[in-house]
Amino acid sequence: MAFISSGYNPSKPMEDRITDIGPRSFEDFYPPVIKKNKGKWDYHEILKPGVLVHVAESGDKVFTVRCGTCRLMSVSLLREACEIADKYCGGHLRFTTRNNIEFMVTDEKTMEAMIADLESRKHAGGSFKFPIGGTGAGISNIIHTQGWVHCHTPATDASGPVKCVMDEMFEYFQSMKLPAMLRISLACCLNMCGAVHCSDIGIVGIHRKPPIVETEIIDNICEVPLAVAACPTGAIKPTKVEVEGKKVNSVIVNPERCMYCGNCYTMCPAMPLASGQGDGIVLMVGGKVSNRISMPMFSKVVVAYIPNEPPRWPTLTKTIKHIVEVYAKEAKKYERLGEWAERIGWEKFFEVCGLEFSHHCIDDFRDPAYYTWRQSSQFKFTSHVE
Amino acid sequence: MAKHKTPLLDELEKGPWPSFVSDIKLEAEKRAKNDAGLDFQIPQDCPDDLLGVLELAYKDKETHWKHGGIVGVFGYGGGVIGRYCDQPEKFPGVAHFHTVRVNQPAGKYYNTEYLRGVMDIWDLRGSGLTNMHGSTGDIVLLGTTTPQLEEIFHELTHNLNTDLGGSGSNLRTPADCLGQSRCEFACYDTQAICHALTNDYQDELHRPAFPYKFKFKFDGCPNGCVASIARSDFSVIGTWKDDIRIDQDRVKAYVAGEFKPNAGAHSGRDWGKFDIVAEVVNRCPTKCMSYEDGKLSIDTSNCTRCMHCLNVMPAALKIGLETGATILCGAKAPILDGAQMASMLVPFIPVEEPYDEIKEVIENIWDWWMEEGKNRERLGETMKRQGFQKLLEVTNTKAIPQHVKAPRANPYIFFKEDEVPGGWKHDEKGYRERHMR
Repeated sequence: MAFISSGYNPSKPMEDRITDIGPRSFEDFYPPVIKKNKGKWDYHEILKPGVLVHVAESGDKVFTVRCGTCRLMSVSLLREACEIADKYCGGHLRFTTRNNIEFMVTDEKTMEAMIADLESRKHAGGSFKFPIGGTGAGISNIIHTQGWVHCHTPATDASGPVKCVMDEMFEYFQSMKLPAMLRISLACCLNMCGAVHCSDIGIVGIHRKPPIVETEIIDNICEVPLAVAACPTGAIKPTKVEVEGKKVNSVIVNPERCMYCGNCYTMCPAMPLASGQGDGIVLMVGGKVSNRISMPMFSKVVVAYIPNEPPRWPTLTKTIKHIVEVYAKEAKKYERLGEWAERIGWEKFFEVCGLEFSHHCIDDFRDPAYYTWRQSSQFKFTSHVE
Repeated sequence: MAKHKTPLLDELEKGPWPSFVSDIKLEAEKRAKNDAGLDFQIPQDCPDDLLGVLELAYKDKETHWKHGGIVGVFGYGGGVIGRYCDQPEKFPGVAHFHTVRVNQPAGKYYNTEYLRGVMDIWDLRGSGLTNMHGSTGDIVLLGTTTPQLEEIFHELTHNLNTDLGGSGSNLRTPADCLGQSRCEFACYDTQAICHALTNDYQDELHRPAFPYKFKFKFDGCPNGCVASIARSDFSVIGTWKDDIRIDQDRVKAYVAGEFKPNAGAHSGRDWGKFDIVAEVVNRCPTKCMSYEDGKLSIDTSNCTRCMHCLNVMPAALKIGLETGATILCGAKAPILDGAQMASMLVPFIPVEEPYDEIKEVIENIWDWWMEEGKNRERLGETMKRQGFQKLLEVTNTKAIPQHVKAPRANPYIFFKEDEVPGGWKHDEKGYRERHMR
């Protein structure tokens, strides 16, 4: 391998440096029909799962075909998407806020040819490269994170569990038979990058063991006060300890107060806490971001722990599938999962979903926890009441 | 022949959903063949070693990336996420595996020429793996070495006229829904303001000057397709002030079954014939609609613009003509103090170039939060600590009932001294003259 210079001169780093130019303008990339009719759309229809048509006031139509992706993509697969866009869409394509690809055309004949082409493209292992779907009252792509592919604080993987859940949910990606859209998100730790705190179903990696404190190095590689301040429960305090006869600055973690959020490790490399035995997944449900009918909602913890079971996470996928099936059967048209659970009451939700309720689901974090308990004699008798 | 055995990951090649394992394997093979004869600037077997280290993580159920990593390009304090493998001898191809965040065009529209330009750089100087896109919006180039960072940046800026995205305690890369480009609900041009503000605040984006991260997101309407209310410190959500426009003929067409409700979003199941009263009128959260003698009417003064009726009948019902946006602040994930959705600050603000009214709100918030925010304290937490009233004060916003879901239930009320006749000074002597000890 020989080094190939881009023209950058490391001995004069600031020479010829271009900065603060920002992104390319979106206007550089509009398909002509979009450019022409922007801001003048009349209505839209979903022709079939994954296929939309937008009709402009001018009468112009644009047909959109939405395809799932695994977000983590090779340049080869992206080039393949570019070939498709060149062949059918005049070289234009776009990505959605849930990491699907959308190809746009202006006539139905081209659209049908493109759909046939997209459906025929598969990986050697048999999975679709560009499955069509993700529209209407179904399950679209899973917003997810880095997991074991790139991150240093995860308690679970991202790409793997997402693949397993989407395999299990695939019929819902390619159909529109649910009461409302159902959004699934995954975050591999409590930082919750992405949307797990506001999704119909949120998959979150959690730890269950307090951090190790590497006393011999901590003062050299950590800003100790930052590690102390990183703790939401005040479990960490500075201390002095003896290492090989020498007094060094360190911290002490009160295991009774620690709930394994990992924020101290984010700030301090000498406090690792990942554990193959202890780590796993918490399942949350009932969040939404839209203002449709009800206000936006947070997702709530309904399963406090599911073990990591690479490579296929069977318990996780089974549990999610079951929740989705019960919701599909029980909820009213237009009712999001959270709206349904609140209407029937959470005790009923646990009963109809057959989920075990454990004390872990009861909020105990600071003053607001009180507002999640039941200040009322209104409840339904379910199998939980002995 | 693959470099590492990956029995666990191989299981993820099965099933219908696109397999990231199959894709990475293809890329590994492609690099091994190297038909284009590239002189790869990072190890040719980088994707092989990524699969190797991931297989080990699947075996151990623990990540194999070292903590943190501080790398970047001169002139900027962010944009690159450094990462080093904790088993570099076993997997030298990913000993360095840094991520480069590249600022995406608003709305994520591309042409193939541009995408190929990015791919060509990445083929030669990176792993050949990407995320399309990161959760905040960036194009994510996944995996390269430190010496390549300046080279990649030089090519991005000089050849593709494209900048890095944000990372660290600064303004992160703004993002938006596709807005007016392909949606009849958009109340303003989300892409235009997203692009304009990204450019206006380049310095704040590239050089960390804040107590913590800060995000902008722009939703064209209350449906929230970019989830700004949950995923940005400063959320702009399109809305309107006047009447929903009703096309009565098209209402009739929906009732007659000529248009599918919700544009056909529920067509995979038989929900029966469209019932405008059950599905629209009775589902309205404020019950401000009525349907009598084949005519739909809406009491605008009681409509909260939740979008439900427009979503169900997009051809018949249109957003108003007096459009603008609502500004909400303080959304964040749980760490440290608990998750927050954004709280409503400005009920209605016009969205017109050059966006001076909106920028004034932003800059007033920044002036306050940059001074008062603690280290690693998100805006939402500063609001909780100092009070919503403080946010109103610094943004010169008058308190109105719309700012609360409900008024406070406790009577622990602060008054300003000048609100109280005579101030806080007591006439102790006078008090004791009236009240003996």
